[in-house]
Amino acid sequence: MNRDRWKTIASVLARQGILVAFALFLIGFSIFSDRFLSPENILSVMRSSAIIGVMALGVTVVVIGGNLDLSVGSMLSFSTVLVVDLHDKIGPAPAIGVMLVATLALGAVNGLLVGVARLNSLIVTLGMLSAIQGLTLIYSGGKNVDIVNQDQTWFKIFGRGTIADIPTPIVIFAVGAILLHLMMAYTPFGRRIYATGGNATAAVFSGVRRSRVVFLTYLISASGVAIAAIILGSRVMGSQNNVGQGYELQVLAGVILGGTSLLGGAGTIWKTVIGVLILGFIQNGLLLMGFEYYVQWLVTWVVIILAVWLDIAAKRGRLLSPIA
Amino acid sequence: MADTVIKSPVRWLAANPIWGFIVLIFVFFSFANPYFFALQNFQNILVQTSTIGLIALGMTLVMINGNIDLSVGAVVALAASLCVDIQGWEMFADWGNWAILPGVIAALVAGTALGALNGFIVWKTGVDAFIVTLGAMLGVRGLVFVYTKEQSFFAMNFAFSDFGSSNMGPLPTLAVLFLVCTAAVYFLLARTVHGRNTYAVGGNRSAAVNAGIRVGPHMLINFMIVGFFAALAGVTLSSQMGAATPNLGTNYELWVITSVVLGGTKLNGGAGTILGTLGGVLAIGILRNGMNLMQVPAFYVLVILGTILIAVLLLDKQLNRKGKEELRV
Repeated sequence: MNRDRWKTIASVLARQGILVAFALFLIGFSIFSDRFLSPENILSVMRSSAIIGVMALGVTVVVIGGNLDLSVGSMLSFSTVLVVDLHDKIGPAPAIGVMLVATLALGAVNGLLVGVARLNSLIVTLGMLSAIQGLTLIYSGGKNVDIVNQDQTWFKIFGRGTIADIPTPIVIFAVGAILLHLMMAYTPFGRRIYATGGNATAAVFSGVRRSRVVFLTYLISASGVAIAAIILGSRVMGSQNNVGQGYELQVLAGVILGGTSLLGGAGTIWKTVIGVLILGFIQNGLLLMGFEYYVQWLVTWVVIILAVWLDIAAKRGRLLSPIA
Repeated sequence: MADTVIKSPVRWLAANPIWGFIVLIFVFFSFANPYFFALQNFQNILVQTSTIGLIALGMTLVMINGNIDLSVGAVVALAASLCVDIQGWEMFADWGNWAILPGVIAALVAGTALGALNGFIVWKTGVDAFIVTLGAMLGVRGLVFVYTKEQSFFAMNFAFSDFGSSNMGPLPTLAVLFLVCTAAVYFLLARTVHGRNTYAVGGNRSAAVNAGIRVGPHMLINFMIVGFFAALAGVTLSSQMGAATPNLGTNYELWVITSVVLGGTKLNGGAGTILGTLGGVLAIGILRNGMNLMQVPAFYVLVILGTILIAVLLLDKQLNRKGKEELRV
C-alpha cells in the first residue's frame, strides 16, 4: 500500500515535472542572486525570449500536426535580412509586406512537399534549411545589412518600443500565444490538427483533409517566423546572414520542454510558452550566477532529456523503458 | 539488401540509382571543367570526402537501426580539440612523436563514450534518439567551448599534420583509412550476426524482440560505433588542418544525413547499404568539388544541395511506392 502511494505521488509530480523543475530553478536562482527575481530582470528575460517564443508557437502547431520544421532558423535569417534590407529601399510598411509574402511562400513550399507530396518532414525541412541559407547569402551577396536612420523610423517600435510600459515583443508574444491557444483549443481547425497528428489514417477516414491541414500548419509556422523577423530586425536595426543559425534547436527545445510529443497529436500552446520561458530563465540565471555562456548549453542538454524522460515515464507508469 | 547476387548491371543500377548519378556528374564535370579530370583532383576529392564519409559509415548503422544521431558535428569538434590539445601537454614533452598517441586515444575514447551515453539514454529512458542527440548536439558543443575557452589549438608536432597530407602510393593516407573503414563496416553489416540484427531491429522492433534479439545493447553498440567514427573524423580533420577550432564540424550532421539518405538508407530503419552510403558520400564530394572548380559561389552550392536532397526524396517516393499500403488523400 505504502508503495502504491509513493507511486501516485511520484507520477503526479512527474506529470507536472516541468513546472516542478521550473519552480526549483526559480528558487535556486533567487537564493544565489538577488537581482534574479527583480521586475526589470523578469521583463528583460521575457523580452529576449519573445523571438524564440513566437517561432516556437508556430512550430508547436506543426509538431502537434505530426511533423517537424527544422527550417525555421535559416528562414528567420532570410526574413530578417529581407525586411531590414528593404526597409531603406522601399520604406518600412512595404518591406514588411514583401517579407511576409516571401516567408509565407517558403512555408508554402514546406507545406506542399510535406503535406501534399507527403515526404518525410525531417528530411524536407533539413534540405530547406540548407537551401534557404543559400538563398539568404545569394540575396545579400554575403554582406550584412543595416538600417541607416535608426532613430527616425517607426519600425523601431517592434523591438525597442513599449505598449503601456510593457516591451512590445512581450505583447506580441502574449497576443500570439492567446490567439493560437484559442485556435487549437476551441476551433474545428484546431481539432483537425490534433486528429491528423494523433492518427492520420483515422483522421482521413473521418473526413479530415490531411494535406490541407498539414499545409496550413506550415503556413502558421512561417507566419511565426515572419513576426519574429520583424521583432529581431527592429531590435538590432540590422541583420547578419546567419543570425538565425541554431535557432531551430532552441525553438524545438522549447517545444519539447513544453511537453509536446514529437510523435504528434498531443501538446498545448501555453505549455510551450512555459517551456520557452524556462529556457530563458535558466540561461539568465546561470549568467547572473557567473557561469560561462556555454555552460547553459550543457544545462539545457540535461534539462531537455530529464523533462522528456519524466514526461514519458509518467505516461507508461514506470521509470525505465521496457526496451529489452 | 543482403541478396547482393548481381543479376544484371541494369537491374543493379536500378536498385542503386546513386551510382548512375555519380557516373553522370563525373562525365559532366570532366567535360565542363579542364581541371576536374586529373589524378591530383581525384586525390583531393577522396581526402575531402573521407571526413564526412567516416561519420556516414557509423550513421548508416544507426539509421538502419531506426535511430538518428544529430550530435556528430559537436563530437568532431570535441575530438579534434582533445587530440590537438593533449598531444601538446607538458607531461608528454619528451615523448617525441609518440606524444600524438595519447591525444588520438583520448579523442577516440571520448567520442565512443559520448556515443555510449547517447545509446544508454535511448535504451534506458526510451526517449526518442532524435531528442536525445538533439540535446547532445547542444550540450557537447557547449562542452567544447567550455573546454577550449573559445580558443583554437595548433598542433606543434609536425608529424601530426604531415600524416594528414601524406600519401600511400598513389592514394592519400586519409583516403586509404576511409576505404579500409568502409570495407570493415561493409563486412560488419553484410556478414556478421550484429549486422543482420541491425536490419532486424530497424525493420520490426517487436519482431526482433520476439526473435530473442536484445534491442537495447544492440542500439548502444551502434551509437558507440558512430561516436567512434565521428571522433576519428575529428582526428583526421585536425590532422589535415594541423589545428582544431571549437566550431569545427558545424552542419556536419546535415551533410552526413544528406549523404546517407542519398545512398538509399531509409529514415524509418530496416533498409540501407554501405555501398549506397559510399555512393552518397562520393556524389556529394564530386558535386562540391566540381562546383568549386567551376567557381559556382558557395551560396548556390547550398541551394543545389538542398534541392537535390528533396528531389531524391521525391524520386524515391515515386519509384518505391507500395501500392496497397499507400492511402491516397
